[in-house]
Amino acid sequence: MNMNLKLNIWRQKNANDKGKFVTYEVSDVSPDMSFLEMIDVLNEDLTRKGEDPVHFDHDCREGICGACSMVINGRAHGPKRGITTCQLHMRSFKEGDSITIEPWRADAFPVVKDLVVDRSAFDRIIQAGGYVSVGTGGTPDANAIPIPKKTADIAMDAAQCIGCGACVATCKNASAMLFTSAKISQLAVLPQGQTERYNRVEKMIMQMEEEGFGGCTNTGACEVECPKEISIEHIARAHREFIAAKACSHNV
Amino acid sequence: MKLDSKVPEGPIAEKWTRHKFNIKLVNPANKRKYDIIVVGTGLGGASAAASLAELGYNVKNFCYQDSPRRAHSIAAQGGINAAKNYPNDGDSIFRLFYDTVKGGDYRSREANVYRLAEVSNDIIDQCVAQGVPFAREYGGKLDNRSFGGAQVSRTFYARGQTGQQLLLGAYSALSRQIATGKVELFDRTEMLDLVLIDGEAKGIITRDLITGKIESHAAHAVVLATGGYGNVFFLSTNAMGSNGTAAWRAHKKGAFFANPCFTQIHPTCIPVSGDHQSKLTLMSESLRNDGRIWVPKEGKPGLTALEATKIPEEERDYYLERKYPSFGNLVPRDVASRNAKMVCDEGRGVGATGKAVFLDFADAIKRLGKDVISQRYGNLFDMYQQIQGDNPYEVPMMIYPAVHYTMGGLWVDYNLMTSIPGLYALGECNFSDHGANRLGASALMQGLADGYFVIPYTIGDYLAGKLNEKVSTDHEAFREAEKEVKERIDKLLNINGNKTVDDFHKELGHVMWEYVGMSRTEEGLKIAKAKIKEIRDEFWKNVKVVGTNDELNMSLEKANRVADFLELGELMVDDAQNRKESCGGHFREESQTPEGEALRIDDQYSYVSAWQYNGEGKEETLNKEPLMFENVKLTQRSYK
Ligand SMILES: Cc1cc2nc3c(=O)[nH]c(=O)nc-3n(C[C@H](O)[C@H](O)[C@H](O)COP(=O)(O)OP(=O)(O)OC[C@H]3O[C@@H](n4cnc5c(N)ncnc54)[C@H](O)[C@@H]3O)c2cc1C
Ligand code: FES
Repeated sequence: MNMNLKLNIWRQKNANDKGKFVTYEVSDVSPDMSFLEMIDVLNEDLTRKGEDPVHFDHDCREGICGACSMVINGRAHGPKRGITTCQLHMRSFKEGDSITIEPWRADAFPVVKDLVVDRSAFDRIIQAGGYVSVGTGGTPDANAIPIPKKTADIAMDAAQCIGCGACVATCKNASAMLFTSAKISQLAVLPQGQTERYNRVEKMIMQMEEEGFGGCTNTGACEVECPKEISIEHIARAHREFIAAKACSHNV
Repeated sequence: MKLDSKVPEGPIAEKWTRHKFNIKLVNPANKRKYDIIVVGTGLGGASAAASLAELGYNVKNFCYQDSPRRAHSIAAQGGINAAKNYPNDGDSIFRLFYDTVKGGDYRSREANVYRLAEVSNDIIDQCVAQGVPFAREYGGKLDNRSFGGAQVSRTFYARGQTGQQLLLGAYSALSRQIATGKVELFDRTEMLDLVLIDGEAKGIITRDLITGKIESHAAHAVVLATGGYGNVFFLSTNAMGSNGTAAWRAHKKGAFFANPCFTQIHPTCIPVSGDHQSKLTLMSESLRNDGRIWVPKEGKPGLTALEATKIPEEERDYYLERKYPSFGNLVPRDVASRNAKMVCDEGRGVGATGKAVFLDFADAIKRLGKDVISQRYGNLFDMYQQIQGDNPYEVPMMIYPAVHYTMGGLWVDYNLMTSIPGLYALGECNFSDHGANRLGASALMQGLADGYFVIPYTIGDYLAGKLNEKVSTDHEAFREAEKEVKERIDKLLNINGNKTVDDFHKELGHVMWEYVGMSRTEEGLKIAKAKIKEIRDEFWKNVKVVGTNDELNMSLEKANRVADFLELGELMVDDAQNRKESCGGHFREESQTPEGEALRIDDQYSYVSAWQYNGEGKEETLNKEPLMFENVKLTQRSYK
């Protein structure tokens, strides 16, 4: 059955604008639509009326690029676990629902326009050390270093992070620890990451703090809203790595 | 015009080695005197930007997303091929080369494909060194699987997220170079024009997507790695922002566009559910290993998946198994797609729209148990249920073909240089390696081959002659190009018509899908050409783009891209019209075997079509690069 819905959407012209909620009615929403397609329909209507469409980030629309980023009724990526906003379908809502839609809110993610925020802080955390320093060419045969399946699986669990920022948007401290630790953890368990292991954790955590993200107080909220269900075990590992790094005084 | 592919002399296995020795080098101390622009941060762009910066060049790297890590490559699922022969099942560089040329239905350039196979092994080594967590066996060695009907297991994968992991590997290398300052990153920045000075590529014009600022960037060479143009069809498996703008604008400045009509339609996608549909989701090809494809023998309009479970065996037509007993459900992509269309055209399609076929796992679950199926495809089943609402463990999936990949692209020579000196094209943006049909898991391989292992060598050959050349945005050519870009934006903003950009994009998509999609006819192509012209004319009179240039304005971004699709679409029609044979993904109904399979006409069409722009409203000129096959024997593909 098609639905009629009320949307309360955060509208903000640009970074300097104060911003406010605006209410829109949408009718005849099919349960087969994705959440973003529902907003497409609203945007087509707005455009026809000569009004500015609601701006939001999106690209792949299949839950992997990490672009889409909406807080829906108070929850990052909406009511269902383990999916991104673009994977949410209108089947999860019912006739007459009122839906509140906001951007990620965190000091380190300033709003650019409407639901679009600036997440370049994440890129800078990776630039601080989220890599193995290996240039192109001259690398050994891929099978030269066997890696136990278990280790490879842990690395992959961590590496699945899509960098969407739902963890930050969910955390009451706006901490980026789940994001940062996922990369630290991936490279800490793999043999390729050993040489720079301690240097890396120190630099990345320092950068995270510099960007204005809050500290992690282990509430675990991030894990619940992470669309890739990345575990806070990686945070625990990153903490251990950090302490070990300090202990062996690999200076930064 | 004569096209010089610059393929080196000598036996195929020695060409690349000889070429690397013969081309000019830039002295290490001089590399920092060169600026290079790389547009795109997908597998092609990120790997190129990082590798060139490591060599010492100053790189400026651009993408339209908010982060380089979100390039469309991130969405690739299945895997990446390489000729490692780890499973000891008879693979080799030559076999990978052979399979790729054959899979491309003999419309690619042998020497390029051989090089691709040759460097494929280095790619896997490189990615592992970066920490890419490929799937492993219990003994700790890398795991391989067979993909897309290949006779050997040569596909490396990282769960269902291979593209993501490879891209994050390249992104990490790129991030390291950004940190050193050798790469300057411009995210949320779109290239809107190419700048030529004395006929050579010397820079680009960009729009800052947040502020709208139009800017010039100068460099000694420009590398485009901007992906494919599948979104001409409106609906495709590509990301929403994937576009043809950079390639198209370069084309209009003189870069030849090769084989534009070669489009790959992927057989296993989730069908369209209604007019609101914004994109199509791919379901991995691996599903065809265990799923059986069927439709009812007699049309049953509106048949649901639940009702299907009650249809007795003798009333079902497992049409692929029936027609192709030896390959069955595993026939190549183009064959599977075309057959799905045929049964739907006969009125035997299923679901609310009649544009779907069943992919049924009931037998596989009976044979192997639900657990095994869940281990193999659990993620995909969940994804399907999320989108479609049906549970594939209990009822069959519905699938339909969708546009997936464009084999065509900017024409490049062996050095990956386009017909404009100093302009290069990498990854899906060029035409080079896949002929008329791409094999599964080969696009990722090509993107990384181009970026890590080809361009770092070949670009030096051009740059070596340019030492001490000053490049600067002060040149008049930049002012002119900026002016043109601004005028076009003003024009789009001032039409203030009645239809949205998406209205036009959808209209174009319908025409392309209907007449330039899975099968093409002389008559249909004529209709398409006329219709595209009409849509384009109306677009420039009646499109409505709200807002201004000086802000984040996604309607304006889209309008710019759709305007280019409206021109590119017509060239695709011209190309399809010219090529009266069927080959790979290009099926001309006039050219088929008595059994209805694609029929190549080798004595007339063994060439690359390279189209040359002649100015607004003028027909383009066709240049032909003849294809010579010295190492592979041309055969008619058969999957019976
Ligand atoms: C759903 C899906 C699954 C796939 N699975 C596989 C698979 O399993 N195996 C395989 O081998 N292949 C697969 N492919 C194909 C493969 O993913 C692509 O062909 C490949 O990743 C393209 O890489 P690229 O670097 O050429 O371009 P892209 O990754 O598309 O990157 C394009 C880049 O260019 C930038 N850009 C574009 N235009 C502009 C502009 N005007 N200005 C500035 N920047 C611009 C973008 O921001 C982006 O950074 C799949 C494709 C899809 C759609
Ligand atoms: S749009 Fe890519 S994850 Fe949602």
